[in-house]
Amino acid sequence: MTTPADTLLLAAAAEDAGAWDAVVAFVRAWPAMWPSLWLGTLDTVYMVVWATVFSVLVGLPLGVLLVVTDRGGLLPAPPVRAVLSAVVNIGRSLPFIVLMVAVLTLTRFLVGTTLGPTAAIVPLSIGAIPFFARLVETSLREVDRGVVEAAHAMGTRRLTIVGKVMLPEAMPGLIAGLVMTVVTLISYSAMAGAIGGGGLGDLAIREGYQRFNDHYLWATVILLVVIVQAAQSLGDLLVRRLSRR
Amino acid sequence: MIDAVGLYKAYRLKKHRVDALNGVDLHVEPGEIFGVVGQSGAGKSTLLRSVNLLERPDAGTVRVAGEELTALRGGRLRAARRGIGMVHQHFALLSSRTVAGNVGFPLEVAGVDRARRRARVGELLELVGLGDKARAYPSQLSGGQKQRVGIARALASGPRVLLSDEATSALDPATTDSILALLRRLRDELGLTILLITHEMDVIKRICDSAAIMENGGFRESGRVLDLIGTPGSLLARSLFPLPAHHGPDTVHVTYPRSFDEPLMSELTRRFDVDVNILGGGVEEVAGQSVGRLSVDLRGERRGQALSYLSEHGLLVEEAGK
Repeated sequence: MTTPADTLLLAAAAEDAGAWDAVVAFVRAWPAMWPSLWLGTLDTVYMVVWATVFSVLVGLPLGVLLVVTDRGGLLPAPPVRAVLSAVVNIGRSLPFIVLMVAVLTLTRFLVGTTLGPTAAIVPLSIGAIPFFARLVETSLREVDRGVVEAAHAMGTRRLTIVGKVMLPEAMPGLIAGLVMTVVTLISYSAMAGAIGGGGLGDLAIREGYQRFNDHYLWATVILLVVIVQAAQSLGDLLVRRLSRR
Repeated sequence: MIDAVGLYKAYRLKKHRVDALNGVDLHVEPGEIFGVVGQSGAGKSTLLRSVNLLERPDAGTVRVAGEELTALRGGRLRAARRGIGMVHQHFALLSSRTVAGNVGFPLEVAGVDRARRRARVGELLELVGLGDKARAYPSQLSGGQKQRVGIARALASGPRVLLSDEATSALDPATTDSILALLRRLRDELGLTILLITHEMDVIKRICDSAAIMENGGFRESGRVLDLIGTPGSLLARSLFPLPAHHGPDTVHVTYPRSFDEPLMSELTRRFDVDVNILGGGVEEVAGQSVGRLSVDLRGERRGQALSYLSEHGLLVEEAGK
């Protein structure tokens, strides 16, 4: 069973006999590794999808609030904004690996355990929410102020302005931000493996690093690259179709 | 139709205070096109935004069609705004919506159902000459077409008043002409009252019945354009007809507030035996009238009598050199 990625590796290493042997060994080892690789991929996708859902559910409203409560926004409330912004900055300033450990108690409270992919969704979401909220904020700020003013002049309610003017106008930027969040979550999810979160990262650490099995390491690298590429291409396609500028 | 009294608005910029509006009174008659000219920073934009309360003045009242907007808030203010259309310098169209979606937006906001919206959008696009562009996106249109969409959108909810914020300032001269012609046609056909702000004297000359010149948050002069041109020392007349700066002791500025059939200048030389030398000037169509302004050197024994003769014939004579 040979994937296109294997063929590439084969071609690149063809001249070097030592490398060649290593590649052959890697390809031969693939079928034996596949069941656990496949499970790891599913776990990674599972964690990333759910963490993305929670990031959007919380991060989108948070990003909107950051914009509308600002001076000159739809609902200026500088103190509220200052608090929200500080919370977001705290979330952004913690390295993910520290954040993961820091929220263990919360994870145990919400999920009942700190091990496995479901438990990893908690720190992943908490890490990605402020990240996505800032991206939402940036996209919304790029919406032409004149368009918002025109909506006011037409007697539009503020909530309608958010829903029918700001969000649709910012849509290409929002989708690009979402893709960036997904890609970041994939890399975070690999880190979650370090503390028993499951997924491809877990495999790479346990099998690849701790048991010195390079084949697992290479295989997880290949799979992670493929997943990120797929997410990015899908997002780029969406952004292109939504852009009307 | 628009009555604003004692408008006052101040901004705080860093440490010092800027009076954007300094006790402005504005009265626009129904069916009139009223233009406010001034340089940037004169307060025109604040004045226009005060009329539909996009900016709430610190003091003063605004009435549109008899309703005191300054007394309204929330839902009632939003409802009143739907009776006032607004056209923007940079069009302010939603880039994510088609032309039809943009024009239909105010109707959607007002809760008009889909079928009625479609019919009305069709009518409006025909009215502004864009019947075939309903499904285009704003990025596919030229500047003039975008402004037509902006105008159609401003008219969607059937307003009686249209506010125009430098509607032609981002357009080239030929497109400016067509947009101004469209505004005048809409005024004539729909009986709209239009308040516009501009920094282009040309706009005043072409379509305005009345005008005001704004400076430092106040009106320097305001009134019917033809009246202003016939007023001694009028800033508007000087701006509409720039005359050569150099003049001798005998130079006079002569303003024709209407077109004359009589050959006044040759009559002058014949009757009063004076020498007339034209230094500069122009004749233009203003508010549907042919209006002119000349700078002439007038020399001779009976110069005084000659000038009185011109005044008696309804010309405005101003000594430039004295």
